[in-house]
Amino acid sequence: MTKYIIKRILWMIPVLLCVVTIVFTITYFTPGDPVLIILGAGNYTPEAYAQKSAELGLDKSYLGQLTTYIWNLVTKLDLGRSFLTNIPVSSELMVRIPVSFRLSLMGIAVMVTVGLPLGMISALKQYSILDTTLTSVSLIIAAMPAFVMAILNLLIFGVILRVLPTTGLDSWRNYILPVVSAAGSGIGVYLRMTRTTMLEVIRQDYIRTARAKGQIERIVIQRHALRNCLIPLVTVIGAFVATVFSGSIIVETIFNITGMGTYLMGGLLGRDYPIINGTVFVICTLVCTVNLCVDIAYAFIDPRVKAQFTSPRKRAKIVKELIEVKEGAN
Amino acid sequence: MLLMTKQGQEKLARDMAEIAKKKSQWGDVWKRLFRNKRGVLGMGIVVLLLIFVLGANLFTNYDYAVQDVTNRYDMPGREHLMGTDNYGRDIFTRLLYGGRISLMVSMMSVIISGCIGIALGSIAGYFGGRIDLVITRVLDILMAIPALLMAIAISSALGSGPVNTALAISVSGIPHSMRIMRSTVLSIKSNDFVEAARATGSKHMRIIFRHILPNTVAPLIVNSTLQIGGNIMAISGLSFIGLGVQPPTPEWGSILAAGRIYIRDFWPIIVFPAMCIMLTVFGFNMFGDGLRDALDPRLKD
Repeated sequence: MTKYIIKRILWMIPVLLCVVTIVFTITYFTPGDPVLIILGAGNYTPEAYAQKSAELGLDKSYLGQLTTYIWNLVTKLDLGRSFLTNIPVSSELMVRIPVSFRLSLMGIAVMVTVGLPLGMISALKQYSILDTTLTSVSLIIAAMPAFVMAILNLLIFGVILRVLPTTGLDSWRNYILPVVSAAGSGIGVYLRMTRTTMLEVIRQDYIRTARAKGQIERIVIQRHALRNCLIPLVTVIGAFVATVFSGSIIVETIFNITGMGTYLMGGLLGRDYPIINGTVFVICTLVCTVNLCVDIAYAFIDPRVKAQFTSPRKRAKIVKELIEVKEGAN
Repeated sequence: MLLMTKQGQEKLARDMAEIAKKKSQWGDVWKRLFRNKRGVLGMGIVVLLLIFVLGANLFTNYDYAVQDVTNRYDMPGREHLMGTDNYGRDIFTRLLYGGRISLMVSMMSVIISGCIGIALGSIAGYFGGRIDLVITRVLDILMAIPALLMAIAISSALGSGPVNTALAISVSGIPHSMRIMRSTVLSIKSNDFVEAARATGSKHMRIIFRHILPNTVAPLIVNSTLQIGGNIMAISGLSFIGLGVQPPTPEWGSILAAGRIYIRDFWPIIVFPAMCIMLTVFGFNMFGDGLRDALDPRLKD
């Protein structure tokens, strides 16, 4: 088990290094000269240009810039300085990461706490009016990208009903709209997935057996159906992590939240490459980490996966013990 | 039986053809698709949308770019079906022409990512071994970057415009279609007819193109249909944040973004583009689901 976790963590390192390289390469080949943006086109001398260029490290070759960037990142966690404000990207991100991370995690939590129970109810009452309504609503929600959800939430709850605040993050009430919007289409998709999985599980033989032996329905569901249904449902959370995180980027700009999303948007507008590189890298790291946690949780929930990663020696020992027990019984 | 005459063989071939015609696979698929209520609904939405969007000039007398300052913020009515925007432009017209861009860009990126995904997926699935490992690993890394972020980065590098947006979005679609292709090829590869083809000395290319690819059509159609919906979400998202397709070219996301500041005073400029995006994505999702159920009844949920 430990070996599996370590292996997964180690695999993250090359992945993240490649991510840095990809993003750096993309922004490196972006047209538009940042030195010109800073100095303003037209009114600069060649000396000033060369000096600024050297100061920002932009006079080096592509490979030189890339290696410096990665070296600074790995050794000092330094993501460079913003071209326009000259504030270090990492210190700015330090303030903003918690905001965005909280928002996204809450989004995932909302997705699961709304989607899971409703999906189960929907499956248990298959073909009832409740089921039809829930599936139809979930299908409509699934067709809404985060920004559409955010805009409509803003219109309905902020402008027409005036029940919820629409900007900032001062109290818990401010969180409601952004979190629900960030969860966005995930709620609908997750609800449907839960329903499908649950329907599959309750058709299994072991559920029939449990019912046939006269078990109370509540316990059949709790003990037999729920646990088996949870295993695939934990895994699919991983697939939503990226969606919710990137959804929250757009949502932040709509609700004026000072998180990584607004920072990234500012960077895009000003062609401030260090900001773009740094933010994308941090978001990728967060997504990878959350995915890793989901995978590990999965291994803990599912005994089959856990068994796969027990060491051969331990497995042999367990088998031996089992054989001894069996012989003892004979 | 073994010593069948030539006439006998011909008769058998004709009978087989007759049976095949009567119970053609695609006929069955159509029947199953039409039995699925949601699939039919989705198909209806998609067809209606295509009619409206492709025949945009038949349904409206206005120009999407002409400004009419005397008729700003008209409420929806007989004159303007969905009202007019802050420049007095007819919102309905703008949405129709905007739909052209959204659909075109989305289909373009499905085709781009589909072609690359099919090539990589069939190579990885068919040859397996080290090639498979390398391709899968590289695309795994690509997948570590959330699709929207990837699209944002690439489209900021390439600049705005329909073609660049299509390219930006297709990059993040490649891993997905590659995976679907790979798993389909893997399952087809183990069939007897592939082994038979190999036994008769067919080259790899011939096996892939003649025997394997035709059998992957069904999952590919389903995947592309579902991807069109997802791509429309991505395109409108990009345009919404000011990348992607930019004004004055109408696009649903950019219309929504431009109308954002009027949210407190004039609702039609927000609600109608949002409805367009939702309805279109909904339609393609339902149609894709219906197709999947019709093409492969085992996957029905």
